[in-house]
Amino acid sequence: MFAEASAASTALSSWTNLFGTPYHTVKHSPECNEYYPSQEYAISGWYRSNPGPVSMMQRQATCENTRKMIPQYYARTLRRPPPSIFTLLLRSRYSSISTSTPQPNYKPLTNILIANRGEIALRVSRTASAHGIRTTTVYTEPDRLAPHALCTPHSVNIGPPSAYLDVEKIIKAAKDSSCDSVHPGYGFLSENAKFAERCEQEGLMFIGPPPSAIEKMGNKSESKNIMISAGVPCIPGYHGPNQDPQYLLSEATKVGFPVLIKAVKGGGGKGMRISESPLNFLEQLASAKSEAASSFGDSTVLIERYITTPRHIEVQIFADAHGNCVALGERDCSVQRRHQKILEESPAPNLDPKIRRDILDKARAAALAVGYRGAGTVEFIFDNDTGEFFFMEMNTRLQVEHPVTEMVTETDLVEWQLLVARGEPLPWTQEQVEEKMNGWGFEARIYAENPDMNFIPDSGPLIHLKTPIPTDTVRIDAGFGQGDIISSHYDPMIAKLIVKGPTREAALLKLRKALEEYEVVGMSTNIEFLKKLAVHPAFVKGDVETGFIQKYREDLFQKVETPSEVFAQAALSVVVKQNIPQAYNDPFSFAGGGVGYTGGLQAHTVLFTEKKGCGDDITTRDVEVVVTQTSPQSYDVVVDGKTTFNNITTSLSSQTKITSFYPHTRLDTTVVRVEDTLTVFQHGKKFTLTIPRPAWLDKALGIKKITEGSVLAPMPCKVLRVMVEEGEKVGKGDALVVIESMKMETVIRSPREGVVGRVVHGVGEMVKMRTTLVEFVEEAEVEGEDKALPS
Amino acid sequence: MILRLTRSTQSYNDFERAVSTIRSNVDTASPDYKKNAADMAEITGTLRALHEQIKLGGPEPHRQKHIQRKKMLPRDRITALLDSGSAFLELSAMAGYQVYPGEDVPAGGIITGIGRVSGVDCMIIANDSTVKGGSYYPITVKKHLRAQQIAMENRLPCIYLVDSGGANLPHQADVFPDRDHFGRIFYNQARMSSQGIPQLSVVMGPCTAGGAYVPSMSDENIIVQNQGTIFLAGPPLVKAATGEEVTAEELGGGDLHSKTSGVTDYLAVNDAHALVLARRCVANLNWPSSDLPDAAKEVKEPIYDPKELDGIIGINQRKQVDVHEIIARIVDGSEFAEFKENYGTTLVTGFARIHGYRVGILANNGILFSEASLKGAHFIQLCTQRNIPLVFLQNISGFMVGKDAEAGGIAKNGAKLVTAVACADVPKFTVVFGASYGAGNYGMCGRAYSPRLLFMWPNAKIGVMGSEQLTSVMNIVGKAVDPNLRNRIDRENEATFSSARLWDDGIIPPSETRTVLGLGLRTALSGGRKIEGGSRSEAGREGRFGVFRM
Repeated sequence: MFAEASAASTALSSWTNLFGTPYHTVKHSPECNEYYPSQEYAISGWYRSNPGPVSMMQRQATCENTRKMIPQYYARTLRRPPPSIFTLLLRSRYSSISTSTPQPNYKPLTNILIANRGEIALRVSRTASAHGIRTTTVYTEPDRLAPHALCTPHSVNIGPPSAYLDVEKIIKAAKDSSCDSVHPGYGFLSENAKFAERCEQEGLMFIGPPPSAIEKMGNKSESKNIMISAGVPCIPGYHGPNQDPQYLLSEATKVGFPVLIKAVKGGGGKGMRISESPLNFLEQLASAKSEAASSFGDSTVLIERYITTPRHIEVQIFADAHGNCVALGERDCSVQRRHQKILEESPAPNLDPKIRRDILDKARAAALAVGYRGAGTVEFIFDNDTGEFFFMEMNTRLQVEHPVTEMVTETDLVEWQLLVARGEPLPWTQEQVEEKMNGWGFEARIYAENPDMNFIPDSGPLIHLKTPIPTDTVRIDAGFGQGDIISSHYDPMIAKLIVKGPTREAALLKLRKALEEYEVVGMSTNIEFLKKLAVHPAFVKGDVETGFIQKYREDLFQKVETPSEVFAQAALSVVVKQNIPQAYNDPFSFAGGGVGYTGGLQAHTVLFTEKKGCGDDITTRDVEVVVTQTSPQSYDVVVDGKTTFNNITTSLSSQTKITSFYPHTRLDTTVVRVEDTLTVFQHGKKFTLTIPRPAWLDKALGIKKITEGSVLAPMPCKVLRVMVEEGEKVGKGDALVVIESMKMETVIRSPREGVVGRVVHGVGEMVKMRTTLVEFVEEAEVEGEDKALPS
Repeated sequence: MILRLTRSTQSYNDFERAVSTIRSNVDTASPDYKKNAADMAEITGTLRALHEQIKLGGPEPHRQKHIQRKKMLPRDRITALLDSGSAFLELSAMAGYQVYPGEDVPAGGIITGIGRVSGVDCMIIANDSTVKGGSYYPITVKKHLRAQQIAMENRLPCIYLVDSGGANLPHQADVFPDRDHFGRIFYNQARMSSQGIPQLSVVMGPCTAGGAYVPSMSDENIIVQNQGTIFLAGPPLVKAATGEEVTAEELGGGDLHSKTSGVTDYLAVNDAHALVLARRCVANLNWPSSDLPDAAKEVKEPIYDPKELDGIIGINQRKQVDVHEIIARIVDGSEFAEFKENYGTTLVTGFARIHGYRVGILANNGILFSEASLKGAHFIQLCTQRNIPLVFLQNISGFMVGKDAEAGGIAKNGAKLVTAVACADVPKFTVVFGASYGAGNYGMCGRAYSPRLLFMWPNAKIGVMGSEQLTSVMNIVGKAVDPNLRNRIDRENEATFSSARLWDDGIIPPSETRTVLGLGLRTALSGGRKIEGGSRSEAGREGRFGVFRM
């Protein structure tokens, strides 16, 4: 009896329901048998609710807190403290102790158009649906089978891939589907003031800040002025027209050294110098000016404080239409690549409580200064050396990393957004938020990208996907499942993995374990890279900075030795999978180990090629694995002629899972084969092996051997420019073609000296991954060695 | 208690199993057992070493040269040809062993065996060109013909991996002219093809003169570019005959035959490619997938470990071994429905299953007396009537001799057994687990009685009689006895001597008897489909006769 009751209460309490705040007491009070459905039941597998209190004891304590908090809630937060419409609904339907207060005149919110895709579309839809609000999604042609297009019965095709940016189409879709509001998600139109304005013109509620606030924050110089007048520190500098060196020196001294001297028209690091002290300032200035003049024809420079070890610390704020604004703690998002965050945490590690207090206050001030409403993030650059922080910008939307905050504050920020949009007051005061905050959260972004090739984005079908099992403290926000396609048209984020623990150490352990359980096949991902980040001693200590990846490059891109067992398992899976099915009345099927004194004829040689390293420093090696069946289920394996494993008992428990008992250990390995590539997951690590195509096959197929020097497209792309002509002599490193993929230009350089034989694809052509872009003239045809023995 | 049991009219299946299960009396801790096991281990050790050597093929330099030419070794070719994880039942690996004084011809220069290719059980015949250039010694011819005979009897598609310089000229007299010589290979190909048994060739080396007919007489063939050649006369002979100078590739290479002459059907770039094409050819045979008659759904391993056979049998021929102990380690679940258990007990007969296939077993448990002979004939007729394959387990020093025996009509009764064996058209399999002497060899389905397959255990002896008896008979009949006679006979009685001459299909480890018989049964029962309808096993009942008691 007791066990049942506690199980039920666990399920219920794991969702901290803001709309239902007054009922926390009801929910947990032992004398009340009232039951109302937790939103949990409406939640799909992608997402588990916010973490609830962990133990029964804690839960009781939370109840007590909530009970205590109620009077404060009424007393402190609001001028008008009525419960929300949802609360009322819940009360009337599920509660017998309802004491109805008059319903204020809030705006109706019954049908939201989600003007976004991927995980955030699903995320918004989940919370909305949980409250009975209908959601309508929009999708483009390439997205017509994407989960967000299928998650609701109401979904509108808006056409071409870029249509998520088409204001009028989206507004029309909203009107046609009789939506009363629009949630923009993040990216796309989320910070487009015009879109927000158009929504309002059309009578659609824009679930976000007022257009004026977007406008103000969107303008760099205006926002800076507003911030300065609101007392929010901005990065000190001189942006004026006076270019007299002595004057600039005096300005630099005011700003404080080191300073950055930057060409006003500069870019790409040109015309940029750092001066550590007044002693070399003039010298650096002259250098910067001359470079600026020659590069951009304008020698005007600006001076700014240079921060040697900057950190990216941001504050989640929430404001309502009633002049309330709370800061829901800060997030440290310093670990970035390509100026994009990949690992975020809350709270920020190694941050003095006084500074934290100050940052939170400044963030609230920043929001209030522009008349903000809804969810926003105030980003600061934090000087790790001095403890100073400066306003960078404000993101006027819900951010990718909002779940980290949800974890530590035990809130549902989308729910808050809906509340605020309806005109309701914020549910909590700043004090309540801080009282609620507990533990440590991490978010790791799982991207389809190749860290070894400078994080170049990747795309393709999710052929195999295994995620950690979501729990109260391990949450996965994913926009895609197995079989879905990560399209090259859009952002390559596959999912977000969010974990929480009582301390940073505990949370980090969980993060590592969860990453080890993550298996993705079909494209390159950054999961292995994230694993290395999560165990790096500097990261463990919390010594983060925006240059973290660059600083620890050596460690993070270290080549990992592939254990012999990985090759053995991969070879076994290849052989066992191709073996004829074993049937007892078919002695041929299980005497494969050989019969008679000449048995063991069937020793299979399986050849693998392994690529290692990154960028230009890629080495490949061939590893030969000989697999000999010795009995129906057992094999002898020799790896690379060196390591021998005898008498391995092995079986396939599924098409991708192979379990083997070695003399020394048991190994459960996932091996996924896609054409010639084997992806092996073993002991929480991922290895990629290829089965080299034998030379004879190319010959038999009439394929000319791709010569060593031929240049292949590293990803699906479009040819933007061709820089060479046929017959042209090129040196190593010369630009050959410029391609575009994932909205990024990449220059393809010559890997060697030679003469261009043929430019295979012209400007504007779409090229598939690994197709030849440029062929070289060969001195002499070289006969290819047969690499693979048939098996 | 007794009353209750007899009142029950329910015949439980487990009772049937209980009365059929052989109870073993083997004591694996006894000194006898240990001695036997040790003796057997010694001879099997020697045999294993010998086979390891044979497996390598020709001498090291020849093999290296072969590999340098980017050719696969014949055993690797077979591995690549077969379905992954399937067994290869190699035949007569000992062929040619110490047959030609001063000449080493491992495996007789040709590898033959039954293996599965693209789901079809096939006969694979592969020349080993590292052995004397793959030329045909007399034993090579014999082994090739034997493989074809097995293919014919079991209706197995034949795949020839050709890489041979043709007849071994110094031995031409024993290779070329006679009925069962070289020409018979092509005769068999034509006959099998006419019976709808597919003939496929993969030309991976030279096919000169007569050899040219192997691919030419095949239903489909594949040739490896710049490696395989087919011509009636090679460049030297052409030059001698007409003065024309031509390279082998120009004269009969893959390009010529695939593009101009039409002698070959598929052109491969190398061995691996050719074998992939061969697998594809087999996949396109439209060979009926086996629907096996009467195979048990579930197969039980013997309850006694087949490895114990080594310790049970030993090498001492004088000690009689209870054959029930051997049967118990060969048949499914060690279940044996013994027929006439108490009559003519020196021949044990009964029904069992091996890998799910029902068989009738005849096993020697002493000398053949009249009663045993009559019982054997009766049992063979039963199995023929019921279309049950026969397994003969031979350990026989002969039929009983002496006044009483002759008076009892041993000649007449023995003849009945021999007649029954000869006329039984069901698939027959013979395993010699001990002695195989005299007319006992005939009565127990020796080579002359066309068992589908015949295997020897390492300890087996074969001959007209043992060396001891033979020398004493010679002494009695008063001939001057060669002092080395006894030793010579001893050697000629050895299994290795027999196997080298193809009096059998190979020497097998006792513990694998069950597997080898299983493979043979599967081959006999699954490959035996005539496309025009009617199974091979039905065809085997043509010479039917009524059951009669003797």
